[in-house]
Amino acid sequence: MALNITGNIDGIFQLIGGNFSTAGEASTQLKHKLAEIGVDEEIIRRATIATFEAEMNVIIYAAAGWLHYYITPESIKIRIEDMGPGIENIELAMQEGYSTAPEWVREMGWGAGMGLPNMKKNSDTFTVDSVVGEGTTVEMVINFP
Amino acid sequence: MKVKDLVDQLSLDVRSFNDGLGNDITGAYVSDLLSDVMGNSKKGNVWITLQTHLNIVAVASMKDLSAIIIVGGRQAQEETIKKAEQEKVTILTTALPSFEASGKIYQILK
Repeated sequence: MALNITGNIDGIFQLIGGNFSTAGEASTQLKHKLAEIGVDEEIIRRATIATFEAEMNVIIYAAAGWLHYYITPESIKIRIEDMGPGIENIELAMQEGYSTAPEWVREMGWGAGMGLPNMKKNSDTFTVDSVVGEGTTVEMVINFP
Repeated sequence: MKVKDLVDQLSLDVRSFNDGLGNDITGAYVSDLLSDVMGNSKKGNVWITLQTHLNIVAVASMKDLSAIIIVGGRQAQEETIKKAEQEKVTILTTALPSFEASGKIYQILK
């Protein structure tokens, strides 16, 4: 795949907890960036799903967070750090269907316990680090074919 | 099959982005869970849902869905319509509940 990229491209977004009206802006901009440099449609699909889910988690659970992305000729790396409640049991949180989201968030159709599994499913490498009471960092890498 | 054909056959109301009526439909996906739609809908699908808040626009835009059909006589919120115009997402509404809307669309698309 010949990508139209010289050097690395990176970007950063600030995410504000509870701000549902801007949800998806980071993923949308990332989608356009990847399309601009000619990344394969399937890779774009995976990257935007993973990024959108990560954005939503910050908006639903945390006070604030930052989303960074780094695009190189080989891969895209997305790192999301938040100042949130942290995840008590990561293994449990990774189980599809497990969620700690409040009722009103579920009524919006979020909080179905699919966020973290969706992120993992769409990444080539996926790591979560979390400290209860401090926050969570998720790192995802998607390799270009 | 274009979005417009579905609108005509089911008398759907067009609530946003009229230009999207020319979109090709590749199939349909029914779900009210946004992560499920993110994960499993396909490009060009019409999305049948009872969700009306503005995040449905981001999901439809990101997955390149051909239209959103809001069922059960629910109306999209004003901010949802505004966002949909910006993001070029077509929102349709119908009084039919999910099951009837899905059944009829299945008959038309199959």
